[in-house]
Amino acid sequence: MTARKSVVVTGIGATTPLGGDAASFWDGLLAGRSGVRTLTEDWAEPLPVRFAARIAVEPSELLKPVEIRRLDRSAQFALIAAREAWADAGFSGKFAEPNRLGVMVGSGIGGVTTLLSAYDDLVAKGPRAVGPRTVPMLMPNSPAAYVGLEFDARAGVHAPVSACATGAEAVGHAIEMIRSGRADVVLAGGTEAAIHPLPIAAFANMMAMSKRNDEPERASRPYDVARDGFVLGEGSGILVLESAEHAAARGARVYAEAAGVGFSADSHDIAQPEPNGRGVAEAIAYALADSDLTPEDIKHLNAHATSTPRGDLAEVMAFTKVLGRAADDVAVSATKSMHGHLLGGTGAIESVATVLALYHRQAPPTINVDELDPEVTLDVVRDKPRPLPEGQIAALNDSFGFGGHNVVVAFRSV
Amino acid sequence: MALTQEEILADLAEIVEEVAGVDKAEVQLDKSFTGDLDVDSLTMVEVVVAAEEKFGVKIPDDAVKDLSTVGDAVSYIEKNQV
Repeated sequence: MTARKSVVVTGIGATTPLGGDAASFWDGLLAGRSGVRTLTEDWAEPLPVRFAARIAVEPSELLKPVEIRRLDRSAQFALIAAREAWADAGFSGKFAEPNRLGVMVGSGIGGVTTLLSAYDDLVAKGPRAVGPRTVPMLMPNSPAAYVGLEFDARAGVHAPVSACATGAEAVGHAIEMIRSGRADVVLAGGTEAAIHPLPIAAFANMMAMSKRNDEPERASRPYDVARDGFVLGEGSGILVLESAEHAAARGARVYAEAAGVGFSADSHDIAQPEPNGRGVAEAIAYALADSDLTPEDIKHLNAHATSTPRGDLAEVMAFTKVLGRAADDVAVSATKSMHGHLLGGTGAIESVATVLALYHRQAPPTINVDELDPEVTLDVVRDKPRPLPEGQIAALNDSFGFGGHNVVVAFRSV
Repeated sequence: MALTQEEILADLAEIVEEVAGVDKAEVQLDKSFTGDLDVDSLTMVEVVVAAEEKFGVKIPDDAVKDLSTVGDAVSYIEKNQV
């Protein structure tokens, strides 16, 4: 085996429906809380889906008014999570070696609320009313760019886009960016702010969303026999990834090793998962190989499990196929049951959750599984957190996106 | 009724504070938008559009490039108000 740079996680930040920082997010996960609520805005009234997982702490409580004005909501979330992760990693202010700092932060949809409200202004008041910041706000690389500006990242600022796999893809590419030697430190993650009637109507018309309007907190129910679609959430997660040497040289606290990543594409359908989970299985196998892990090393899975009837099963089939009997010893958590589906942000906050699960040796629960689907043959952690074994263990975070993008990130305990 | 220079300055200072995040007390006649107040070209467009709405004046792009200080903008608005 050739010597390869080892990459570690030294900082985490998150602003989510369960809490406005990583600590409160983690507390919410362990407590099995739901962040899903009825939407009370007037625009929600005619929609077939009238609930979502709104962020717990509004950005206006944390950012300056001029930042709120200039940044799309998705970039606001990313900046909040990035500032938390940066401080958590022990950094302050701009980075001392800007050419060694990278950013890898994506969004599934980009500045969709900015785009749609600018269009409303255009129609109502004419072209002069369209703000000069509309383009830098709506472009999907805007969150990455603002994070880069904040800390003076000059090694490369990138914004992967792969729908619901975006956040995990960013973490995966960040691992590779550090391994390649292009950067010592990378801020990586994803963000999404798409709670607006247009995306909700569009997703609902794809038959992808739960319509359990009378019980919003019970609507996101991965693996339950009565699951009927995903629940839209919003927020951002950012991780500080760092070469192990760089982290050791400055005495940084290490949460976990970002051991490797597996990428694949279904090349099957623009929206439907492959029913047998072939592409997903390939990504899981690649992630194990890339991380020098065996199926027996894996003790925890933060599943993609969005609560759609077909998607959840395809992932189960893929996982059991690759891990074989070792799958029986994996504590599986579907945390979207609590925080909803953050689209491009989801792989990032779930990577944060996976890292914290290894760090605290606790697998968070899956809520709302009243009756486990008999086809779900995994060991699902239900209702209460479960301790993870001592010793060196590893965990996977699966993320899949419309377009057939499959990303599996592997983390190893330290 | 036409606004006085002081009234225009006060309203313009509020606009600059909101759009650029600069304390309105800093917005004085002799201050340069780019040099002193950190108002870049995009922010200047936002200031101009907000000022057009507030004061009911038209400030064409050709005129905007001559407005280098707060005093220039106040004089322009004072002369062109209806």
